[in-house]
Amino acid sequence: MRKTLLESLTHGPLTEAPPAPDEAALAELAKNVDKAAQARLGRSLSIRAVDAGSCNACELEIHALSNAFYDLERFGLRFVASPRHADVLMVTGPVTKNMREALLRAYNATPDPKWVVAVGGCAADGGIFRGSYACLGGVSDVVPVDLHIPGCPPSPTALLKGLLALLQHVAGK
Amino acid sequence: MALLDGIPHHSTSSPHRPWPRAAVGEEGWLKAIELLAGGELTLLGLWGEATAVHMALLGGASDAAVITLQCASGKFPGVSASHPPALRLERSICDLFGLEAVGAGDTRPWLDHGVWGVHAPLGSNTAAGEKAPYPFLPAEGEALHQVAVGPIHAGIIEPGHFRFSANGEHVVRVEQRFGFVHKGIEKLMQDASLEAAAKLAGRTSGDSTVAYSFAFARAVEAALGIEAPPRATYLRALMAELERLANHIGDIGGICNDASFALMLAQTGILRERVLRAADACFGHRLMMDMIVPGGVARDIASGDLEQVRALLAEIRKVFPRLVELYDNTASLQDRTVTTGIVKPDYARRFGAGGYVGRAAGRAFDARRNFAYAPYDQLSFEVPVLRAGDVNARVWIRIREVEQSLALIDQILDRLPRGEIGTELKASGEVREGMALVEAFRGDVLVWLRLDGENRILRCHLRDASWFQWPLLEAAIEKNIIADFPLCNKSFNCSYSGVDL
Repeated sequence: MRKTLLESLTHGPLTEAPPAPDEAALAELAKNVDKAAQARLGRSLSIRAVDAGSCNACELEIHALSNAFYDLERFGLRFVASPRHADVLMVTGPVTKNMREALLRAYNATPDPKWVVAVGGCAADGGIFRGSYACLGGVSDVVPVDLHIPGCPPSPTALLKGLLALLQHVAGK
Repeated sequence: MALLDGIPHHSTSSPHRPWPRAAVGEEGWLKAIELLAGGELTLLGLWGEATAVHMALLGGASDAAVITLQCASGKFPGVSASHPPALRLERSICDLFGLEAVGAGDTRPWLDHGVWGVHAPLGSNTAAGEKAPYPFLPAEGEALHQVAVGPIHAGIIEPGHFRFSANGEHVVRVEQRFGFVHKGIEKLMQDASLEAAAKLAGRTSGDSTVAYSFAFARAVEAALGIEAPPRATYLRALMAELERLANHIGDIGGICNDASFALMLAQTGILRERVLRAADACFGHRLMMDMIVPGGVARDIASGDLEQVRALLAEIRKVFPRLVELYDNTASLQDRTVTTGIVKPDYARRFGAGGYVGRAAGRAFDARRNFAYAPYDQLSFEVPVLRAGDVNARVWIRIREVEQSLALIDQILDRLPRGEIGTELKASGEVREGMALVEAFRGDVLVWLRLDGENRILRCHLRDASWFQWPLLEAAIEKNIIADFPLCNKSFNCSYSGVDL
């Protein structure tokens, strides 16, 4: 273990420079983010991930945000275990009917001000599961969405761009 | 035909490849149940249609067959009463097709939570009745209390509900309740084009997208009686092994992290990311989604990209052994993983548990070896097997499989044939059926399908390895403490989406 730890100290960090915030995401947020909320939160957001029917590919890439290359926490963004501790709900999947109530409860348990980020093609409009008897067809059909991050699944870089755009807006820049 | 010799059956009408499918009457169906219960056969799958049920069986190492029972009355003799591994499959058949398994001990719905608005969506498809309450199984005793967890969990994982009955910290019973991510994949499959259906198959369980696309493509090719060109099969195996590497490496760190040893996750997280980046460079998608298609692969690999894969192998070979040593020499970590969450070899055998769950508990089954599909028939590799069945054994199986995957990728790169990467899919003009089993990182994926004469999907069933692993987690956690549940669960790492469909 000593060798591994020592090597991590002597090697340069793997963490990469942050990408520029996504322009389209900034434009979408400009419509949705309340100025008063920006003043209260500052440059730190807690995120609660909710899988509302994803195939789990989006979860894999959300997980990757915490590895040494992307190191999400350096931006003041972190994942929390309870919606009651969260500022942001990050929702994946086409919202299955079986998950609708759980998603609503998580949303209602999240204190205001709050934002909802819909991650992936399914969360936008149901994606390839659109029209199924078991799916509602997009997160915005159940709770209001502030930002969509497209992709199947979105890469960690795409996720980072979207989240940085969110952060920039919340911070009021 | 050896397997079917022991089961009274009639011949079948439509061509079914590569294994036979036979129509049986009640006598044959009951005989198969008897052989399953006696341990002479292993259940590979059980699925429905509007007026029939199918059962895929495995005898010996690689003797497979499907039997079909017509049940126009809406009922069929239940399998689970004598052979419990069939239970959740029977409950799903009832939910989706409205076919009732006679004699089943548990008739509660499984996938249907009473909110779809339809009853039996793939059967009668009629308006649903009242939503019924869902009673959990009882656990009785003076000091027992219940802990309800989920469907939304603390981490970034899929949704499912676990109901613990505990005596202090000790788990007396845990009951799983799933179905939360049921998307209706099998209904969306019906009448889909091959292209659309392949996309759906690739999103049954995102972490195994390569394996699902691989199995789906092989099932289509079996039905049409064609084979993918040699170069395509090698590229498929390259993707499958990269997927296995990424998942095994990431999960070894994840398991250690659930025993509060975060250093391992930090290190394996780097390696996993390197695998995904190499996959992205070679195939243009980090998870290699939609790259395997019926007939071949969607994209060829450039010769320059092969060097990226070689560099990746060199990096893993440099770092991974050190991490294995770290795992092996950290007593506090071993204290958590050794003798925790034991799967009994007898259960692994009866349930036909695939993947590292089965192989860590003495079941030497690997679809790559047992069915030797292309190109694994031309590659040499070992199938590691242990008997301890605990979290530690599952970690070691995965460590050994990482080593095997590295050796497999070496062989693939050295022998990658030149030539075409796809075969044309000509419509056959008649109804055809095909089945395939492919080894995903967590175990065997089964795909069964029926195509019409124009290559559209009439019916497609996808069976994840998790169907026969999840129930064993319920047994493995008994007498462990609640705090060890995340550790046990991560060491199984079953798919929720793969079984909810």
